Amino acid sequence: MTLAQFFTTHWLGHLIVMVAQCLAIVVPLLVAVAYMTYADRKIWAAIQLRRGPNVVGPFGLLQPFADGLKLVLKETIVPSGANKVLFVLAPMITFITALIAWAVVPFDDGWVVADINVGILYLFAISSLGVYGIMIAGWASNSKYAFLGALRSAAQMVSYEVSIGFVLITVLLCAGSLNLSAIVKAQEGGFWSWYWLPLFPMFIVFFISALAETNRTPFDLPMSEAELVAGFHTEYSAMTFGLFFLGEYANMILLSGMGAVLFLGGWYSPLPFAPFTWIPGVVWFALKIAVLLFVFSWTKGTVPRYRYDQLMRLGWKVFLPFSLLWVALTAAAIQLFGWGPG
Amino acid sequence: MDALLIEYLPILVFIGIAAGLTIAMVGASYLIARQAPDSEKLSPFECGFAPFSDARAQFDVRFYLVAILFIIFDLEVAFLFPWAVAFKDIGTFGFWSMMLFLGILTVGFVYEWKKGALEWE
Repeated sequence: MTLAQFFTTHWLGHLIVMVAQCLAIVVPLLVAVAYMTYADRKIWAAIQLRRGPNVVGPFGLLQPFADGLKLVLKETIVPSGANKVLFVLAPMITFITALIAWAVVPFDDGWVVADINVGILYLFAISSLGVYGIMIAGWASNSKYAFLGALRSAAQMVSYEVSIGFVLITVLLCAGSLNLSAIVKAQEGGFWSWYWLPLFPMFIVFFISALAETNRTPFDLPMSEAELVAGFHTEYSAMTFGLFFLGEYANMILLSGMGAVLFLGGWYSPLPFAPFTWIPGVVWFALKIAVLLFVFSWTKGTVPRYRYDQLMRLGWKVFLPFSLLWVALTAAAIQLFGWGPG
Repeated sequence: MDALLIEYLPILVFIGIAAGLTIAMVGASYLIARQAPDSEKLSPFECGFAPFSDARAQFDVRFYLVAILFIIFDLEVAFLFPWAVAFKDIGTFGFWSMMLFLGILTVGFVYEWKKGALEWE
């Protein structure tokens, strides 16, 4: 048996290929998460006319690794009143769910680990599971601040998840498939044929809901430092805290990736002719994610925090009826004018 | 094995790798760092006080209400998924039956709103 045969026919060969594919996603993703924390701090600093991290390595580029090393070398504290197993399990759930969602995201035509036919449903389900990590953390800590933070966080995340669900439905109506590669292919062409244009209000609702889902400013109520110390992860230290931190940034990258796949044409170049189509699709995909992530950081630097009643009002009384109405309008438009999948 | 299940095998492998990585990270930190717990360090944080009471106390019922409303609307979204995918094939009848379903849910939503279930003051 040749090596090529081994990798295509033997079960062990298949397994090795799968593990290699998964590592080829996880390792760049972790590096991206590390540099997202760096970019976030740099952008934030630039907005406030500060320098940001600039001591460790050239331009402070080794700062994320210094931070990671510091977290590893700290003492892992498990409070005496805590439910110990759940306490350690909670950050793991947050981090694992943030990672495994990437299994179905297409990076380029055919560049996907698991090309399942219900990809978007899988993404929706996995991103909902993230709320378990936060609720378990808050409850298992047996600390008042953690408990209140977790309650707020869970209520906020489920509220905005409903709107995200309706936004996904409008995209599905246009694309006619649950497979993420098929959704990207339905947007083939330049930036004018991507779904951000016909579904522009839904793109905005999606992005704002993504801010709320990842507990970012202006919706960072769960960890509003002035009132709840650090919210649901008040009691965490060392790597258990580090996993929440990494998970939060990995979730931001994931939601930006979802935005790029659903609204910004995935791996397609914005101008579908020669010099632009030479650049590989995965580069365009990464650039689209980077642009969305920049807006995340930009928002953090410029928008003040919402009050909790304002946050719930926006989710339930503005986004929910609006996205529901838009589902009906999109369906009606496709029904009447025959737009959408042919 | 079933061809459908084979498609999901990479996800299982992915979960395995993610779980292994996570456990390795927490485990390494636990083993490398010096662990020196004492009773003050292990007590729940409460702004410098010894904690007054157990944290698992009563909380506002509105959080519970949000969870119930979430279940209703999330189920609604779950019903919409297959409808949206098959939209081209089910024609006018499919369109109007879903509009009727959404209409009934909207009546429920208006009722909630008027009852004040969405108020946070």
